[in-house]
Amino acid sequence: MFYFLAAMVIVFSILTVTSRKVLRAATYLLFVLIATAAIYFLLEYTFLAAVQLTVYAGGIVVLIIFSILLTSRLSEKAPVASVRQQILSALAAGAGAVLTLLTILKYGFPQESVASEPTSAVQIGNALTSYNRDGFALAFEVISVLLLAAMIGAIVVARREKLKEEESNKEL
Amino acid sequence: MTQGIPLNFFLIISTLMFFIGIFGFLTRRNLITMLMSIELILNAVNINFVVFNKYLYPQQLHGLFFSLIIIAVAAAEAAVAIAIIINIYRNFKSIDVDNVDEMKY
Amino acid sequence: MVNYAYTLLIPLIPLAVFLFLGLTGHKYKPIVSGIIGTLGLGIGAILSYATAISYFFVNHVDGTKLESIKAFEIPWLHITENLTISLGSLIDPISVMMLVVITTVSLMVHIYSIGYMKGEKGYHRFFAFLSLFTFSMLGLVMATNIFQMYIFWELVGLSSYLLIGFYYTKPSAVAASKKAFIVTRFADLGFLIGILMLSFFTQTFDFQTLTNPNGPAIANNYGTGFMGLSLITWALLFIFMGGAGKSAMFPLHIWLPDAMEGPTPVSALIHAATMVVAGVYLVARLFPVYALTGGDALHVVAWVGGFSSLFAAVIACTQTDIKRVLAYSTMSQIGYMMLALGVSGYGGHDGLGFMAANFHLFTHAMFKALLFLGAGAVIHAVHSNEMGDMGGLRKYLPITHITFLIACLTIAGVPPFSGFWSKDEILVAAWHHDKVLFIIEFLVAGLTAFYMFRLYYNIFWNKDTHYHHTPHESPLVMTIPLMILAFGAVVSGFLPFHKMVTSDGMAIESHIDFAVAIPSVLIGLIGIAVATVMYRKPGSLPDKIAGTFKNFYKWAYHKFYMDEVYLFVTKKIIFRYISAPLAWFDRHVVDASMNGIANTVDATSKSVRGFQSGRIQQYGYVFVVGAILLVLLFIYIF
Repeated sequence: MFYFLAAMVIVFSILTVTSRKVLRAATYLLFVLIATAAIYFLLEYTFLAAVQLTVYAGGIVVLIIFSILLTSRLSEKAPVASVRQQILSALAAGAGAVLTLLTILKYGFPQESVASEPTSAVQIGNALTSYNRDGFALAFEVISVLLLAAMIGAIVVARREKLKEEESNKEL
Repeated sequence: MTQGIPLNFFLIISTLMFFIGIFGFLTRRNLITMLMSIELILNAVNINFVVFNKYLYPQQLHGLFFSLIIIAVAAAEAAVAIAIIINIYRNFKSIDVDNVDEMKY
Repeated sequence: MVNYAYTLLIPLIPLAVFLFLGLTGHKYKPIVSGIIGTLGLGIGAILSYATAISYFFVNHVDGTKLESIKAFEIPWLHITENLTISLGSLIDPISVMMLVVITTVSLMVHIYSIGYMKGEKGYHRFFAFLSLFTFSMLGLVMATNIFQMYIFWELVGLSSYLLIGFYYTKPSAVAASKKAFIVTRFADLGFLIGILMLSFFTQTFDFQTLTNPNGPAIANNYGTGFMGLSLITWALLFIFMGGAGKSAMFPLHIWLPDAMEGPTPVSALIHAATMVVAGVYLVARLFPVYALTGGDALHVVAWVGGFSSLFAAVIACTQTDIKRVLAYSTMSQIGYMMLALGVSGYGGHDGLGFMAANFHLFTHAMFKALLFLGAGAVIHAVHSNEMGDMGGLRKYLPITHITFLIACLTIAGVPPFSGFWSKDEILVAAWHHDKVLFIIEFLVAGLTAFYMFRLYYNIFWNKDTHYHHTPHESPLVMTIPLMILAFGAVVSGFLPFHKMVTSDGMAIESHIDFAVAIPSVLIGLIGIAVATVMYRKPGSLPDKIAGTFKNFYKWAYHKFYMDEVYLFVTKKIIFRYISAPLAWFDRHVVDASMNGIANTVDATSKSVRGFQSGRIQQYGYVFVVGAILLVLLFIYIF
């Protein structure tokens, strides 16, 4: 099962970044994200997998697809960077990957996972709202503020044009 | 469910995913595909956190929460980024990254 | 003790008028601004007269000392604990006298200007500037401390600049105003240095403290000093330099003749009666310090005054522009006053010169303003400044003629007109002090009579010039001030000045010294007689005489080439050998180093600006490669 998922992740990742059609790339991204969620299931983090599916696969990808529909013509192929740029980027990415893999393989990570109870959603909920030593209430609060800010920011950025129009209408 | 699969394997997957994302970020000229590359990178990082949590500190939840929060940040980032992209599209009639160089020298 | 706080209003009313006219004057008809200015000054004049009467007569018991009263004072600038600059008004004999002089002459000039400036562009501007000038001058004479005086001194300089350059579209007027400003400003530098030195030694700016005979200025008359003179003397000399600049004493006189480019009423106000006597007033104000600290500075004052008066009188004999003749005459008369101050001592009968100087200042203000306004009326009628264009005007301008004649008789020192009395006092003071100076002044008296009557005859008698338009008498608004001033010129000699304005405030005895008075009247009459012979009828006699003294005449006609000397010194020496190298240094060393820095930065930024390509992917690429290199560096190499 794992190997299937691993192959899926790698293949669809490569397809995502090489596909000439943007909408198709988004679909491949969706597959990558779903495969990642499957890996989370495999690791017995069911809650995280669910979040991954809803937020990433359900939310972000849909958002991206909408924006693609808004900004691109579907039949059009995405412009491709120059060969020189591609080679240079591939070299840099490849070098980085080789370097990281070498480091990982050199380091003796444990081979087996320790058997443990699957984490339940109740546990996560408690930890998220607890302010004890092992609680994450602060992070929870911070992220909520961040989300609020992002929401407002997104609205303001996207609506700026409209506001200007309204102002000019008022002036008229 | 993960018996027989070493930690390294997960790490290799996430590393490859990460650098594929970087490659995409560096080569794609469309702002939206660049954004998707970034999502790939974040995803790779998420896998790392979760796997480390599972294999090294199974009693604790730090990695899990990191991933959760990164997902939230990614959502926020995507929302703002798409707002910006749409705005750029309105102003430049294009989302080709090479056209958006108003800020150069 | 009477409260004189209301004297504060005297300068403040012109200030208010200035602000009002300056800000809103253009909204009204020209005549309105003239009337507002005149009314404001009229109130000031009434207050001044009230002050003078109250100070000299009502509240003064005969035989007692005239006290100096600080009517009003507020600290204006606290610099340190001990150093405070105040603003206020000081009431003492000379300031009260000056108040009367300034407000009277200024009022006359205002009234006169209503007629004279009619139809000129910038009518309200003219009256605003006149008010500003009057304000500055009044502030100057009422200053309680030397720093306040300096402030108003500069204001006077500024308003004089504005008024000389009133016709700012005329290049010669602009040049004249600049010249006046720069020359007096240069002199003021000396004044400022003097103030700083004086206050450094005495730790005070205050006039009452400074001029107290037992005060620090006089007590601290250090024996040691620089080049054989004590430092206080140097300070006084520097202050006198400022005074000499304003009063157009040799060699800082060059601005005064050119300043005649201004409108004639301005010349009457500034360059005859008020501003130019500021230098005399300054010396008179600090007179106890001058007199009681060795007297070296006073010698300089006396000789500069004496030389200037002779120098100017000789030039005045040769000039043909009537306003320039009057300008040199002014310079000569101020030289008289300076000389009188210079030969004076402090207290008692020694202070005769001080009294005479102020007396002459007073009478001179009257008759010189009259002369200028008369000349203005003539110019108004003939539309020319040149004597050659005039002649026989007595038939056309009867009132101007009579008043001008009175003024000429006054300045020539013919009794019983006021000039006789004050000039006589000066001559007596000079006689008692220094015979050489007396002889100079005696000659100058003769020359004065000569050139004044030369002027008089050339304007009103001599040839019957044919005029394009028949000259007509000026309107009443212009002739009334002439008549008032003529009255003043006649009677002001009878004022008991010896009881009013003396060096130490005590009345002194004064009587006619016939040994001096008779020769001085005689030489005046001789001067008049010579002028009568030469100029009453057109003839070739003047040219013949000029031919005899050809070179000397030419010299004097060209004002002894003083302007050329100045030009030589400034253009050929200062500009070429000091300014030019400095400019070169500035351009090639200072500027070059700055430009070099700027160019270096510019070149560097041009060569590195390629990094800011605006391409996100390029940035990302550099970032990734950099991160990889860092990993290599830290994990695999170290």
